[in-house]
Amino acid sequence: MEVPAELRYTEDHEWVRLDGSTARVGITAFAQDALGDVVFVSLPELGAQVQPGEVLGEVESTKAVSELYAPLGGTVVERNDALLDAPGRLNDDPYGEGWVCVLQLADGEDVTGLLGADEYRQRTTE
Amino acid sequence: MVSDPPLRHTPLEAVHERLGARFTAFAGWRLPVRYGSELAEHHAVRRAAGVFDLSHMAELVVEGAAAATVVDATLVGSFAELAIGRARYSLCCEEGGGVVDDVVVYRTATDRFLVVANAGNRQPVAEALEAAAVGRPAAVVDRTDELALVAVQGPRAAEVVRRLATPAGAARVGGLAGYGCAEVELAGVPALVGRTGYTGEDGFECFVAAPAGAALFEAVLAAGRDDGVVPAGLAARDSLRLEAGMALYGNELSRDVHPDEAGLGRLVRLDKPAAFPGRPALERRLADPAGPRRRLVGLAGNGRRAGRHGYAVVAADRPDQPVGRVTSGALSPTLGRPIAMAYVDAGQAALGTQLEIDVRGDRAEVEVTPLPFYRRRGADGA
Repeated sequence: MEVPAELRYTEDHEWVRLDGSTARVGITAFAQDALGDVVFVSLPELGAQVQPGEVLGEVESTKAVSELYAPLGGTVVERNDALLDAPGRLNDDPYGEGWVCVLQLADGEDVTGLLGADEYRQRTTE
Repeated sequence: MVSDPPLRHTPLEAVHERLGARFTAFAGWRLPVRYGSELAEHHAVRRAAGVFDLSHMAELVVEGAAAATVVDATLVGSFAELAIGRARYSLCCEEGGGVVDDVVVYRTATDRFLVVANAGNRQPVAEALEAAAVGRPAAVVDRTDELALVAVQGPRAAEVVRRLATPAGAARVGGLAGYGCAEVELAGVPALVGRTGYTGEDGFECFVAAPAGAALFEAVLAAGRDDGVVPAGLAARDSLRLEAGMALYGNELSRDVHPDEAGLGRLVRLDKPAAFPGRPALERRLADPAGPRRRLVGLAGNGRRAGRHGYAVVAADRPDQPVGRVTSGALSPTLGRPIAMAYVDAGQAALGTQLEIDVRGDRAEVEVTPLPFYRRRGADGA
């Protein structure tokens, strides 16, 4: 299962692409594979302020409903509205067109709690 | 600490592993839930065909001079009159009239019936048949472990299955009407082939000796490769049967549900002489002019948010008082809109009634809609 080296990860099988003071967020290849075909995604409101661990939205597959959690605290500045009509992008391209949202990180947000690619890969193969 | 008993394994497991299946535990069995995309498998069954391993289903053979009497004394339907080479959907009920299981019964000879029960209800159905056989010249033999069941479902199914038969067998398979069955050779092994299924498509269910199951499954895939035939798992099976408005035991049916509530009162044959478990209770229920207090209905909405098993159904003007509960629901892959089956108060069950499903705190508007949600072209509605 693909685990891009340049990304950071969470225990909840989300990925984070850090870029200056922003963080792009999505779900991992492992997560989409475990969920099966995604048929519905709900996204956070633009401008929403979120705390780490707060629910950002939900991902529903034919099998289950999973919540998306904010991996870091900040403000939602972009969201991938294309997922609303084409939720299958989460399956087809989880690290690319299947991105979920972009957070403008809160000042001094601590990113050291995120997992590196190797750590995350280890957790998915245990 | 209580641990679950080990899962049972289908005789086709190695084939599923090689095809890259993801497995799930279902009714005590380890079964393929999907091979790749379950939505792609669903669409393949609607457009071409899919092949399913249903070897977990329970096969109970009733044979002997009193076989018909035993089946009539166990199930709600009338089987003495069932022609050889025909199959019929029926129910096994408990004394109170609640549903113990839904089954398909194949008559393969004057004195021989195959009762196919759900994996999770193998024991109670076997016990009910055995109780009816006491003191009668008939035996109940559980052949579940000796048989594999391979289903081929979809508009291309007939052509693909015919390719696996001898010329004479192909003619017999092609000549089967819906719910007909015949013993033919498929891919070189003896098979009981029924024109039955659980997807809403034309198709066949093929019973063969367990060791021959894997080769049959692969022969179907090989014969249907150019037709777009794919292996399909339990996930696709569930979404297909939901679109076809077919009940799943444990969702739409249980011991707490009576046949009339499930819209299956027509299966209860009170014109037959035989006593069977639940008969007096069902006679009372079916004679009640008020009808059942709740009914199984189809619900359809718009958008993408589907109600799921257990979600509350509410009336739009009384949002605090549930009027029912969803038994199965999904975003219909074929129709592209949310569909669900639900038990609702009889007063809310009329076609066209506007209701709402509580989808995790949000309200999804739905309308009571005829079942099935999907009917294949050319289907006669049988």
